[in-house]
Amino acid sequence: MKMKSPKAMIPGLYLTLFFAYLFGPLIIMVITAFNSSNFPRVSPWECFTTDWFGKLVADDALIEGIGNSLIIGIGVVVVAIPIGLAAAIMLSQVGPKLRASLYTIFIAPILVPGVVIGLSTLIFWDRIGTFFNAPYESFFYDGTFLTIFGQVTFIAAYSMLVFLSRIQRFDHTLTEAALDMGATPTQAFVKVLLPFMAPAIGSATVLAFLASLENYNTTVFTIVSSSTFTTVLSSKVRYGLDPSISAVAVIIISITLIGAIIFEVRNRYNSKGWALVIAERPALKVATHPGTVAGILGVLAIGAVLFIQNYDSNACTAQILEEKRALQQQLMEQQSLDTPTPTQSAPSSTVPSMPSLGPLGGDEGGNEGGDENGAGSDSSAPASNPFGGANGIFAPQNLRGSEGN
Amino acid sequence: MTKEISLEHVWVEFGEFTAVQKANLNIAGGEFFSFLGPSGCGKTTLLRCISGFQDPTRGVVRIGGNDMKGVGPNKRPTALIFQNLALFPLRSIADNIAFPLEVRGVDKKTRRKRADELLELIALPGQGDKKVSELSGGQKQRVAIARALAVEPDILLLDEPLSALDLKLRQHMRTELRAIQKQVGLTFIYITHDQGEALTMSDRIAVMNKGKVEQIGNGRTIYDHPTSSFVASFVGENNVMDGTVLTNDGKMMTIDAGLGAAFKVENHPAGGPALAPGDVCQLFVRPEALHLAKDDSGINQFESKFVSEEFEGNMRHIVLDAQGKKLKLSLINDGTNAIRANAPVKLDFAPNLGIALKPGELASA
Repeated sequence: MKMKSPKAMIPGLYLTLFFAYLFGPLIIMVITAFNSSNFPRVSPWECFTTDWFGKLVADDALIEGIGNSLIIGIGVVVVAIPIGLAAAIMLSQVGPKLRASLYTIFIAPILVPGVVIGLSTLIFWDRIGTFFNAPYESFFYDGTFLTIFGQVTFIAAYSMLVFLSRIQRFDHTLTEAALDMGATPTQAFVKVLLPFMAPAIGSATVLAFLASLENYNTTVFTIVSSSTFTTVLSSKVRYGLDPSISAVAVIIISITLIGAIIFEVRNRYNSKGWALVIAERPALKVATHPGTVAGILGVLAIGAVLFIQNYDSNACTAQILEEKRALQQQLMEQQSLDTPTPTQSAPSSTVPSMPSLGPLGGDEGGNEGGDENGAGSDSSAPASNPFGGANGIFAPQNLRGSEGN
Repeated sequence: MTKEISLEHVWVEFGEFTAVQKANLNIAGGEFFSFLGPSGCGKTTLLRCISGFQDPTRGVVRIGGNDMKGVGPNKRPTALIFQNLALFPLRSIADNIAFPLEVRGVDKKTRRKRADELLELIALPGQGDKKVSELSGGQKQRVAIARALAVEPDILLLDEPLSALDLKLRQHMRTELRAIQKQVGLTFIYITHDQGEALTMSDRIAVMNKGKVEQIGNGRTIYDHPTSSFVASFVGENNVMDGTVLTNDGKMMTIDAGLGAAFKVENHPAGGPALAPGDVCQLFVRPEALHLAKDDSGINQFESKFVSEEFEGNMRHIVLDAQGKKLKLSLINDGTNAIRANAPVKLDFAPNLGIALKPGELASA
């Protein structure tokens, strides 16, 4: 009787799988941020380290990309929200036939592939720039400007959908009532419709900002010579990535979690049931106030930052490096016995000159870089992949052998 | 201060559809005037013409003698009370009432003072900080009236404001509305499809059908002397009999309605267009005008058979069959029961209570 019947276990199993599917990648990503291995991975575990956060802060390209992304995000919100709101208001006031066709037009940018929007934005503004004989420094060729306008085309449509669902519940006689009572149309809009739309404006702002931040398809074309968070990330992925990407993930996840916790605490604090519970207990009232919770989380976050700044894993990483070097030595000796070719001296000269990157750090990148090199396009072999050229030495069979140890 | 309103040959057309045709009437200052008609008869459109939400296709709307063409709703001396009241759900009661002052730039303190005064008037003192959702239907009604009165308009327009209330509250609000109107002395223009509301509150009523004003008069005239078949059948209940005019001497007509002897019916000066001998006509006799005959000596007597009875407490509504024609008879429940099933029922009615009109469209029940 202790064993549950297999049927009764299905929901539990399903839930486990579901959450594993949802959160598994995130958890692994977070763990890799603290592994000193040069490639983001959980196993083999080398050293607990916080160096990747330091590396992240020192990564000028990424920081600049994040800065650009934030500027673009704010620009998109400022432009897309009024456009979306105007479209929703218009749709709510026209007749059913016109509404159907207008709706299709407004929604079309969502259906058009982001790549197409990106390309066409680029071409469109280039044409206009050419028409006005504008120099290349003008905003027609500015990545930030082009990206804002490219993203606005479909993010405005997203925000319109958010507004539409809210405005459908708006009673238009309220506007008429305001007009009848002497309000000007502007006053009726500001004092009656806008307060009603405020929650939707809030959620549309968040949605638009996030959609802008995470957009890649369109941005990669419109950003031209500049960069955003996503384009920097994608180039990192292509040209060999390290766990500082995981560190970015940890920061984003932490911010999201802190925001979600404060929001949830605020909701519960304002609920009617809780108001009754804390009515008689002032201590609990203070303890569960969203401000208190935010303060505690803030202190925890500052503590985490201080810890990350001060934690020193050099001893451990040095030891690992030593082990690897020993292994390398052993492998080379073995290799020189197996295949006595003239290239054998290459690693012994390369590895010591790059002490910050262990020989395993470059291996995955090496495989990819090797393909490109094989195709003869070594112009794309970047500085972050110093072992691309040494691919011949780190032949797959050898690497597999090293991982097995 | 009150202003008179006049509609001069007002037409409103929406594409092919004519919502209002040739409305021509004057409403005196301080009058309680009702537009009564079935839904879709154009009464709300007419109201929107007066309040400024709708421009007439043709004709002139004058308020206090001034042509209102091109004057927006926010510039007219009218205040409209919407069917759904249109209170602002996100504002407190006091902020709702003070809204017209707010948009006119009145300072906060004065606004609050005026809102408190009006809350006093509508018997909701000290409730200004409540939310709209915390009020009952009748209270919301009163708040809507207070809000409309906040800037002292000259004309208050009411678009079926009581239709969402339950019966008891509706009857209560009728008296209250009338009392408020007497107290503030404004012109009230009231839209309703409920003849009870129109008859109890109004000084004068305009009965509308299909965009046309059929008859204008006080409640008594409309009820007792309708000038068209539509008004006769829409206001109150009526038995309709098709008949032919036999004679008409200007004061009295005789009409053959196929129920035995010819009926004698009075011509009334306020009644509809005159009928000549030989004309086909519709004869209307109200259920309460029909009378159980005690003997065979009454005028306009005829026989019928009992079919069924609806018991309403104070009234008994009896359905009778007179030679295949269904008739309704309303009797006060005085405890007696002179009607027995299957026994013939003898009826008569006074000549001044029969109404003969040219055949026309009847209101669908």
